[in-house]
Amino acid sequence: MDFRLTREQALVQKMCREFAVNEVEPIAAEIDEQERYPHETVEKMRRYGLMGIQFPKELGGSGGDTICYSIAIEEASRFCGTTGCIISSHATLCAWPIFKYGTPEQKEKWLRPLISSTKTGAFGLTEPNAGTDAAGQQTIAVKQEDGSYIINGSKVFITGGGVASTYVIFAMTDKSKGTRGISAFIVDKDDPGFSIGKIEHKMGIRGSQTSELVFEDLHLPADRLLGKEGQGFKIAMTTLDGGRIGIASQALGIAQGAMDQAVAYMKERVQFGRTLSKFQGLQWMIADMETKIEAARLLVRRAAFNKDNGLPYNKEAAMAKLYAAETAMDVTTKALQIFGGYGYIREYPMERMMRDAKITEIYEGTSQVQRMVIANNVLGK
Amino acid sequence: MKVIVCVKQVPDTSGKVAVKPDGTLDRASMATIINPDDKNAIEAALALKDQTGCETIVVTMGPPPAEGMLREIMAMGIDESVLISGREFGGSDTFATSQIIAAAINTIGIEDDDIVLCGRQAIDGDTAQVGPQIAEKLGLPQITYAADIKVEGREVTVKRMLEDGYMTIKTQTPCLITAIKELNTPRYMSVGGIFETYSKPMQVFDFNTLKDDPLIELDTIGLKGSPTNIFASFTPPQKGQGEMLEGADQKTVDVLVDKLLAKHII
Repeated sequence: MDFRLTREQALVQKMCREFAVNEVEPIAAEIDEQERYPHETVEKMRRYGLMGIQFPKELGGSGGDTICYSIAIEEASRFCGTTGCIISSHATLCAWPIFKYGTPEQKEKWLRPLISSTKTGAFGLTEPNAGTDAAGQQTIAVKQEDGSYIINGSKVFITGGGVASTYVIFAMTDKSKGTRGISAFIVDKDDPGFSIGKIEHKMGIRGSQTSELVFEDLHLPADRLLGKEGQGFKIAMTTLDGGRIGIASQALGIAQGAMDQAVAYMKERVQFGRTLSKFQGLQWMIADMETKIEAARLLVRRAAFNKDNGLPYNKEAAMAKLYAAETAMDVTTKALQIFGGYGYIREYPMERMMRDAKITEIYEGTSQVQRMVIANNVLGK
Repeated sequence: MKVIVCVKQVPDTSGKVAVKPDGTLDRASMATIINPDDKNAIEAALALKDQTGCETIVVTMGPPPAEGMLREIMAMGIDESVLISGREFGGSDTFATSQIIAAAINTIGIEDDDIVLCGRQAIDGDTAQVGPQIAEKLGLPQITYAADIKVEGREVTVKRMLEDGYMTIKTQTPCLITAIKELNTPRYMSVGGIFETYSKPMQVFDFNTLKDDPLIELDTIGLKGSPTNIFASFTPPQKGQGEMLEGADQKTVDVLVDKLLAKHII
């Protein structure tokens, strides 16, 4: 039993911290205000191997592990929830399912560019009537005689929609089979019949573009099927298990960032002749915040450790995401409270952190879904 | 072609500055960083590696924990490293240090197309003496304050940044160049580099490795052999707040002149 990071993981943390301070923090408020996707940061992250941390070097990755991936998202999210979200959605929701289920040809054609060139990826599962009930997919893929597919339907709330080049999407290939009739496909942004619909304006993570995906007679050759026909639901669920470690790391980073701000402020701000740090009522808030953050970090690292070591992580990832997300919401709310009026105005990052925290309780499975997953693991389905 | 970069691990002066009773810095209790100007020298070496595919070696003198810094530098992309470490070298001033580092570079070997890079100066001593002294001891041409470096074959063109202007100098390899912060923006470690760094070669040169090198004189190394003695180290008092005079008229000038006269500055 050893709670310390390995020497490589510690260096990744140091590197990500420097990167976040120099490259992420200076534009965090600007990309939020302007709802601007930070292309320049993504390009730099790719250069330093942050967009493909957990993939093997043979495929152009950095050869790291899930703990390093989690650290990178946490460190970026300390200053900017958007940037943490971009790393997570690209690497786990699009690159990972191709890595796990793709053929060698698909990995070469689709995964390598995602890891090592300028392409970014997104994941399309949610539909207007299939959110938490992901099995209710209405997007239909009809197999043609030559083995190709014609897809019709739409997806909503897709993180990276419109900025990504490669999409892993899900469609019903056999409605009569329920979840076993769902299949996964790889879609290129330039495929005829594929288009970007409405771009959403969000409460938080405003630098990450979120859009609708529209499929109108989208014709995909047979080699775009990811995994086997009917395997889509399993692909989606296992992908989301890993994705939850990413979102938990994002939530953890947002909470830590708010904590850092609150601590610095409490040591500076003087009221009644004393710094805020001398008031016991606020000290107790800080103690609770710190304890929750540390507990969240242990859950996140445990889930990442299990994934890296081939151990089950479905329940662990759900617990990490549930607890880290609720911690992020709680800690950002308390940190803003410590700032008082200054926390509520846009000159300080507290209100942005609170807005960014909220999404972590919603996407990649709401907190209620995480509780369903945990309960199913404990009680049996 | 190879590029040898000399670096120093220095106390992070943005944090707490600790001083021992004898007046010297208590380095053990302070956080350490790679000397900032040395990072520019590292980046220049890596840029030359990107351009020419040359071999890159980083050299430092320090206690065994300096290995951590060398691993970070190799995670940035430098190929291999040399740690000069030995009790006999402890307490060396710039004169002794440059002799030891020059001997280490001599041991590595300098060929016709090689370049030695140093940072201009370290933030703990601020002397800017070690780079030029290494060059003198190795008999290499030296160009200090490099704000731009171009290498074509054996021809090296360096733009020096001085207080009153720029100076462009051409020389031939082998040579030694000292870097300033205007030279480039140092890169970060890469994640892939981090996972390679602990398998990259690191040699330790101790007293026995270097004692017979012709550049080493045994009575001018270490604390005893150093002509410089430090009597005290202290954090200088903060300067008082300056006074701004607004306006470009005769009255403002008169006020300014009166103030300067009163302080005997003019």
